[in-house]
Amino acid sequence: MNLSEHASILIVVIPLVASFINIFLIFLKRSLCYPFFVLVLGICFALSIDILYTVINFGTVRYKLGGWMPPWGIEYVIDYLNAYVIVIVSSISFIIAIYSKDSVKKEITKARLPYFYSTYLLLTTGLLGITITGDIFNLYVFLEIASLSAYALIAIGEKRSVLASYNYIIMGTIGACFYLLGVGYIYIITGSLNINDLTRLLPSMYESKVTLTALAFFVVGIAIKIALFPLHRWLPDSYTFAPSAVSAFASATVTKVGIYVLIRISFTLFEPRFLTEITPLSNMLIWWATIAIFFGSIIAIGQTDFKRTLSYILIAEIGYMVLGANLGNKEGFIGAVLHMLNDAVMIACLFMIAGGIFYRVGSRNLEDFNGLNKNMPITMSAFTIAALSMIGIPPTAGFFSKWYLILGAIEARHWISASALIFSSLVNAFIFFKLLEKVYFGKNVGVLKYNFRELPLSMMIPILIMALAILIIGFYSGEIISSVIKFTVPAGF
Amino acid sequence: METIISLKPILAVIVSTIASFLIAITGDRARNLRETWTILAAVIKFGIVISMLPDILNGKIIEYTLLKITPELILHFKVDALGIFFAITASFLWIITSFYSIGYMRGLNEHGQTRYFAYFAIALSATMGVAFSANMFTAFLFYEIITISTFPLVAHKETEEAKRGARKYLAYLLGTSVAFQLTAIVITYNITGNLNFSYKGVFIGANISHTIITITFLLYIAGITKAAIMPLHSWLPAAMVAPTPVSALLHAVAVVKTGVFMVMRVVLHIFGIDLLKSFDLGTVLAIIASFTIISASIMALKQDNLKLRLAYSTVSQLSYIVLGVALLTPSGITGSIMHIVGHAFGKITLFFTAGAIYVATHKTKISELDGIGKQMPFTMGAFTVGALSMIGIPPFAGFISKWYLSLGALEAGDIFVLAVLATSTILNACYFMPIIYIAFLKESKSIINNRKINEAPMLIVIPLVIAAIGTVFIFFYPSIFIDIIKVIILAVIGNN
Repeated sequence: MNLSEHASILIVVIPLVASFINIFLIFLKRSLCYPFFVLVLGICFALSIDILYTVINFGTVRYKLGGWMPPWGIEYVIDYLNAYVIVIVSSISFIIAIYSKDSVKKEITKARLPYFYSTYLLLTTGLLGITITGDIFNLYVFLEIASLSAYALIAIGEKRSVLASYNYIIMGTIGACFYLLGVGYIYIITGSLNINDLTRLLPSMYESKVTLTALAFFVVGIAIKIALFPLHRWLPDSYTFAPSAVSAFASATVTKVGIYVLIRISFTLFEPRFLTEITPLSNMLIWWATIAIFFGSIIAIGQTDFKRTLSYILIAEIGYMVLGANLGNKEGFIGAVLHMLNDAVMIACLFMIAGGIFYRVGSRNLEDFNGLNKNMPITMSAFTIAALSMIGIPPTAGFFSKWYLILGAIEARHWISASALIFSSLVNAFIFFKLLEKVYFGKNVGVLKYNFRELPLSMMIPILIMALAILIIGFYSGEIISSVIKFTVPAGF
Repeated sequence: METIISLKPILAVIVSTIASFLIAITGDRARNLRETWTILAAVIKFGIVISMLPDILNGKIIEYTLLKITPELILHFKVDALGIFFAITASFLWIITSFYSIGYMRGLNEHGQTRYFAYFAIALSATMGVAFSANMFTAFLFYEIITISTFPLVAHKETEEAKRGARKYLAYLLGTSVAFQLTAIVITYNITGNLNFSYKGVFIGANISHTIITITFLLYIAGITKAAIMPLHSWLPAAMVAPTPVSALLHAVAVVKTGVFMVMRVVLHIFGIDLLKSFDLGTVLAIIASFTIISASIMALKQDNLKLRLAYSTVSQLSYIVLGVALLTPSGITGSIMHIVGHAFGKITLFFTAGAIYVATHKTKISELDGIGKQMPFTMGAFTVGALSMIGIPPFAGFISKWYLSLGALEAGDIFVLAVLATSTILNACYFMPIIYIAFLKESKSIINNRKINEAPMLIVIPLVIAAIGTVFIFFYPSIFIDIIKVIILAVIGNN
């Protein structure tokens, strides 16, 4: 059996099966859980690289599950866009898995650890499944797997995380229901669930009210899942109170996969002209995203909790990607897709640093950042890189996606959106330089409390990898665009 | 035009970055070794820059493409006459400032010296980067690096006041560059698809409305806040909380000159003289600059703090440079470029003396300087030289640039500009002459230390005397600089 041929199914099945095996490992040998967990995610990462390689060299991969022919059977279709998102998800999940070893020690009781690993693997399964599948109902199934495991992971955190998770469940279930209703409507009029099939069938039904209703359900459902302002209420609490490793993983991947689904629905399931000419959806989303950017940024200024600040910044960043994808030109779209990668790396890095600070200082309060550089100089230099990237200072990665986004906004003559992007950069500059000033020039009070060292290696190395990735991705932006992202741009842009 | 591919511009940029690492590694344990790195880097940097000069004078251009990040965002270095002019000025003065810094920091026994020297070296790297940028993206990148690397220098004292000053500094420089300059760059790219500095501008042949061009131009001017054009100047006085060598080299030479240098690049190589003339945008810039010159001079009059007075003087003098280039005539541009070096030597002398006075007597206010000329004859002698050069009196460098600026105003037939120059000369005299007067002719109020020579350490006095001598030297041998300027003018205007 050629392993590479089945990589697309293995990458979903392996973490799924592993999450069950992991539970049984408790009875065998508890200490094996963690190495097994990291190993599985390492394999997923390797497979994702293999898939990307296959797509780049041999074009779109189509994998028919159980040999059933589409549109009756479930089909996995991997083109450049999926392959790209798969690499993002699996690499981030792998790196944060390494990071979680020491990080979760202070946040999760030891008895729960194996369950944490299992749920984490399930979340990875769900996210990879959503990305890889070519079937809108199958997508729903994975969406639920991912959501349910995310609810559970968030609820493992500190006391208040249970309530946060509960809010997330309510909102997330509404989102999933809306998505499912969308699927139902589409199925009623076309009798098909296969995305490729639907692409062929739907254009004749663009005028139908059912199609419009389905589209509305899809968009609102996904908007809840990606926390597009004002449907964001579940996000800040969840990501603030969840364990740091979970915050980092979920913030970096769940929303990106959501954006991926939005792009898939908008530009593969439907044709771009459906969103621009027949319905005003693109235009609506542009305004919606612009408002999200403004509000996310403004609310972020007022926060005192570091993870909560990051959550609101994330809400603004989601606006970036939705905006870029809908601007209707190549530059904006490239910016959005590039930002999926950049934002995933930056936000994961920052949440990991937040976890690191919590690990040593036991606080997430911005006031407690004073003079941290004296105790954790290496972590803080990673923080500086991530912060500069968030602001969009070249040559960090954040600059390049922002460049394309602003270019796209100006190309589309959406001046207000362009100013929203710049406004958000300025807000990030304000937030992060205030912090950097505390970190480097603040006087730390209370000697005893601050008598600590750098992070343990298992936390520091993943953080450093992410910080280096920000720089490397920045320098290779052009390479990434010309070899992958260029091909994700929908025809007609 | 002949182009040479060479690594030299990159070496000139990177040498002080390497030094910065060495400084950080060496640390406080071996102070002399640490300072050796600074001096070595400064000398090597100057050597590399000078070694490129002969080729440039022969009309050649040195280029190097470091990295094509994306097809349009390229890290590309190009050494032309304007770039090397700025690079020579900054890198030469870095050598003097390095010695001065050592004297100053040790004289005051300052904390955080390693950090200070390390960031200073990075700031100089980035300054070279701006000088040798071949396109707006590279220039923007280094522009931001300068801002960020000088932030720790401004906040050096770590007091509330220093932090407040540094915050303002960063808010102005980073904020406006992201908000306005980046937008302007994106618009430029969107219209022309080209960010390279070219002799006739990048907008040539593009079909664009008057409104868009005007807005873009104003965005550039507002976005290059390092030039301290009013009303976005107040970061410069705020940055005076920094140690004096920082004020001297960075806030009189490297940082602020980066600003005016970028304005020149934008005027000459992004928009091009012809385009600005046809849209009459030179006049707009000239009016803004004139306003800055006069009002900053008036504000300088009110300052009792010596460094603050010098800062406002810098704001005003920087706009001379902007004004000269805004005239869009050969002599105007000559005067403007000449003022980069003229003002640099004069102002660095003045800041050095302010620092020397602080080190020797801990005085910062002008009203406390009665009779200080007798205590510190060399320092105050140098101060007099610097001040006279600022006013524009021969035989000092300031005269030459003012001469060309006035000529440029006449060429443009602009009496208004001439009047501005004259008024500002009077104002300059008004805020500098009293200092010279009280320093030498008033009797010191305190009886102790009176009439006794009490100079700052040699490492401080010698650099400031050298800077003062440089000011005189430029007056007598301006041809070195004028030769370079001729190459610049030839390229942008042609033979007419």
